[in-house]
Amino acid sequence: MSAPFDLAVLGAGPAGMAAATEAARRGARVVLLEESPAPGGQVYRAAPPGFLVPPDPDRRAGDALRAALATSGTTLLLGHRVWGLGGGPLVPQGAPPLPFRVDALPPDGAPLTLEARALILCAGTHERIIPFPGWTLPGVIGLAAATILLKAQGVLPGRRVVVAGAGPLLYAVAAKLLKAGAEVAAIADLATQGEWARALPTLTARPDLLARGLAWRAALATKGVPVLAAHRVVAAEGADAVERVRLQALSGGTSESFDCDALCVGHGLVPATEATRVFRAAHRYARESGGWVPVLDADRRTSVPLLYVAGDGGGVRGAAAAPAAGRLAALAALRDLGLLDGRAHARARRRPALEHWRAAQGGAAMARMMALRPALVDAIAPETVVCRCEGVTRAEIEAALDDGATEMNQLKQFTRCGMGPCQGRVCGEAAAELVARRVGGRERAGFATGRLPLRPVPMEAVLGDFDYADIPVPAPAPL
Amino acid sequence: MARPAEVAFSFDGATLRAPVGESLAAALIAAGLRRLGEGPGSPRAAFCMMGTCQQCLVRVDGRLAQACLVPVRAGMAVTPA
Ligand SMILES: Cc1cc2nc3c(=O)[nH]c(=O)nc-3n(C[C@H](O)[C@H](O)[C@H](O)COP(=O)(O)OP(=O)(O)OC[C@H]3O[C@@H](n4cnc5c(N)ncnc54)[C@H](O)[C@@H]3O)c2cc1C
Ligand code: FES
Repeated sequence: MSAPFDLAVLGAGPAGMAAATEAARRGARVVLLEESPAPGGQVYRAAPPGFLVPPDPDRRAGDALRAALATSGTTLLLGHRVWGLGGGPLVPQGAPPLPFRVDALPPDGAPLTLEARALILCAGTHERIIPFPGWTLPGVIGLAAATILLKAQGVLPGRRVVVAGAGPLLYAVAAKLLKAGAEVAAIADLATQGEWARALPTLTARPDLLARGLAWRAALATKGVPVLAAHRVVAAEGADAVERVRLQALSGGTSESFDCDALCVGHGLVPATEATRVFRAAHRYARESGGWVPVLDADRRTSVPLLYVAGDGGGVRGAAAAPAAGRLAALAALRDLGLLDGRAHARARRRPALEHWRAAQGGAAMARMMALRPALVDAIAPETVVCRCEGVTRAEIEAALDDGATEMNQLKQFTRCGMGPCQGRVCGEAAAELVARRVGGRERAGFATGRLPLRPVPMEAVLGDFDYADIPVPAPAPL
Repeated sequence: MARPAEVAFSFDGATLRAPVGESLAAALIAAGLRRLGEGPGSPRAAFCMMGTCQQCLVRVDGRLAQACLVPVRAGMAVTPA
């Protein structure tokens, strides 16, 4: 293995691109690993080669970050899925910390392991969906998932679509659907109009985002799309795929049925903390930032030396705040590695710190809008499947809690909830809320211990050239 | 949106066409094929589009793969997982 890099960055979204660029420009040896075939992350996801997407503000912001990265001197490993992490604090007790180890799987070809003295995690978020009857029907997809379909590929999830859930993505998706030629049957927004009215002033720092949001709303109004405030999905119904969706006010009353062939539904974003959990960094539960988040200082340091988190993976603050957070983390890493002296660091961090503070105001308001809403968890029916990988219903989870499960690891052992291929990334939020109700809060319910692999990988990648026949078997001792 | 040339591939024996490089999960949705298999207690269908949920598992030329992370290639043989 070659000499360690100064810095490895995991994830090439806006946070990771900016972090790598900042550090490499200042002369550090930086490697950036990204699973997708192009840098961009979720918000600035690049379309596949040959797909010519008309330029919009997102494309331009993404292209600017990509251009800066390309000339920064960063070693960019695209199509590399990071599945293993080690080193750092993960050494026998009393031993000095090692460089961090990163195991990645390239698209085709041999698995790769590299070392870095410092590690910045920029893994972003995944989407929260609180189950309801019919959520597993074909034709039901995530709200953030719909942005990927529409943005990167221009594919419609259906011809007549209900859009439901929380946060600005609701209106972004609905407006994109209209523009792409689909019909939007209805929008069910969990937020009240009052919540939006209170959130909007925080966006005045970003008039561009505010204007875009208002333009989306205007486009929907022109087409006469029904927008139902403070409404939730009661059920998605259909024989083989979704055919209609029933919506109901959060305050109760009769439900209203909308015919459709697709439902895009999302209840917010959850920070990806798999990697910080593996390193046993300190975490805290912050509902308004999306859930469990690593404890970070103002420069994005975790409780583990030389381990940093930037972007939405450290708490949802949105795309505008992510690059500034990435730069803060990079500067802190250079400072901690001795590549930047205290004065230079203090000077360099001023601008990104101010930018981050400004952008995070609006980001935090949007994150509050997308925070977990307990009413949705209360409404989960006993027979509704919560863990789709293992087919575990709410009733089975409640039974395990009756039997004495008191935290997430026990629930997993009792029911297999969260043990399937998604490793609890889809069911985890609903399951944890159900546990929290019994034991008095999410802090007590805890979270499943971080486990490798971070993402599913074929066995041959983990084993490498290892073959059973290679195991040296000692000759049997003479009797 | 301008797209690259369409190529042919197969799903469960049927021939489909999609722009080369499009995600396989998107291509299947565009072709109206949303039910990708059966899971314990519910059907499987692409859900997150970002590699998280594992509901889009299929076999591509015999190897297990997440359809949302695999680009369409000419001649690829896709079968349910
Ligand atoms: C599906 C989805 C769609 C979204 N769409 C929008 C939108 O349209 N508009 C908007 O304003 N906000 C959107 N958001 C919110 C958005 O995530 C953020 O505001 C912004 O992208 C955060 O930037 P980031 O750099 O923190 O993370 P991200 O942009 O999420 O980037 C994280 C990157 O890390 C990579 N990664 C993660 N784990 C691994 C691993 N193990 N190995 C290799 N690579 C890895 C991912 O592939 C990804 O590229 C979306 C979120 C999601 C989940
Ligand atoms: S659609 Fe979720 S992993 Fe592919």
